[in-house]
Amino acid sequence: MVRELKITPIKNGTVIDHIGNGLALEVLRIIGIKELDKDSTVSIALHVRSGKIGWKDMVKVENMELSPRKVNAIALLAPTATISIIRDYRVQDKRSVDLPERIFGIVKCPNPSCISNQSEPVESQFHVIRRRPVVLSCAYCERQVDEFLKHLA
Amino acid sequence: MALKGRDLVSIRDLSPREITDLLRASRKMIPIAEGKKASNALAGKIVAMAFFEPSTRTRLSFEAAVQRLGGRCITIADSGISSMKKGESLYDTVRMLSSYSDAIVIRHPNEGAARLAADASDKPVINAGDGAGQHPTQALLDLATMQEAFGALAGLKVVLLGDLKYGRTVHSLAYALGILGSELVLASPPALRLPDESRAELDQLGVKITEEPDIERAVRDADVLYVTRIQKERFPDEGEYRKVAGSYRIDARVLASAKPRLIVMHPLPRAGEIDPEVDRTPHAAYFREAFLAVPVRMALLSGVLGGRAR
Repeated sequence: MVRELKITPIKNGTVIDHIGNGLALEVLRIIGIKELDKDSTVSIALHVRSGKIGWKDMVKVENMELSPRKVNAIALLAPTATISIIRDYRVQDKRSVDLPERIFGIVKCPNPSCISNQSEPVESQFHVIRRRPVVLSCAYCERQVDEFLKHLA
Repeated sequence: MALKGRDLVSIRDLSPREITDLLRASRKMIPIAEGKKASNALAGKIVAMAFFEPSTRTRLSFEAAVQRLGGRCITIADSGISSMKKGESLYDTVRMLSSYSDAIVIRHPNEGAARLAADASDKPVINAGDGAGQHPTQALLDLATMQEAFGALAGLKVVLLGDLKYGRTVHSLAYALGILGSELVLASPPALRLPDESRAELDQLGVKITEEPDIERAVRDADVLYVTRIQKERFPDEGEYRKVAGSYRIDARVLASAKPRLIVMHPLPRAGEIDPEVDRTPHAAYFREAFLAVPVRMALLSGVLGGRAR
């Protein structure tokens, strides 16, 4: 079988694979393009056939490894994603994202009257109260959130 | 009771066992709250009252509770003259207060403020109402009122009437009644129904709930009629408000078909939801409810501060 190579390999960096179809741009938003090294290349594949999840998106970022906070944010938006760390063209580490029990700073509470939206010196904090589909509850006002895209901090 | 040093932000912070223990402790506080017995359980303790929103009943009953137990209060009773006006964060204000006192009682207009205060403070924090959020001590004193009237809470049929959407007391109360085995009847105008989130939570707990918008029918075989204040400011126009407020007025006619032992409760202040003629019937329990705020808050403060009557 001839394998079609849609994205070229990277020497060092991170591959985020098995991103749910259509969510790659959101993942990029979490990664924060502005924070990238100016020599880094970012490759995106949208709507790629996947044996595991039907259709998927994929993002490769050169010269960058994700902080735990960014990994948590990806877990929230794209729970099926896998993250591979590439060093010298080799996969150094590959793991599925895992949603922690508490989420700090990634999502903003949708309740405008919540104390976490009143310029207090605290970051937003949510408890994960359901995993499939993900539902969060604000640790301060207990408001529940199930649409994160609209409320990313 | 293992309440010493703990915060009470949400009624969910207490287990059913802790709630019943608190209610038992509250009953023992009644003679002290009435001034018939003296106590110095909180002697030498200072409780900070941080009220960033106007309050009469809640603040005064907390202050009375502290003083009946021989403790002292320091009070912020007007956010207009407090440090908040100078732009100080709630977080910093609470940190400062926690270094001046042994416990903090807080009321604040923003939801979640008490949780933030509990994070900021190294002393116990008691939530006395945060915006449209929680008001756990009101739920406790409501339970105390029902328990005093009926002995047990399990199996009681409680009608929650009026604003079940925004009324902050009602969410805490519905949860507490649910975990203690009471049956709930929800009677509200369609626009003020219990939020789906709260309803789903109660369903998940297996609480028996029915909806009955017709008050007379709802009241017929109920033990408790819990009336909430219909808040004028929640309505888009005065006409809508009058229509709803008028349809939920409790008077002798509504109570005609009720059980003789039915009690009518209200967190007060009332704004026309209960006709004064009800005051003269044996059904009226709202002034007793207001009084029980003191022994319930005494029991809580005493538990949280580890006070013992000497």
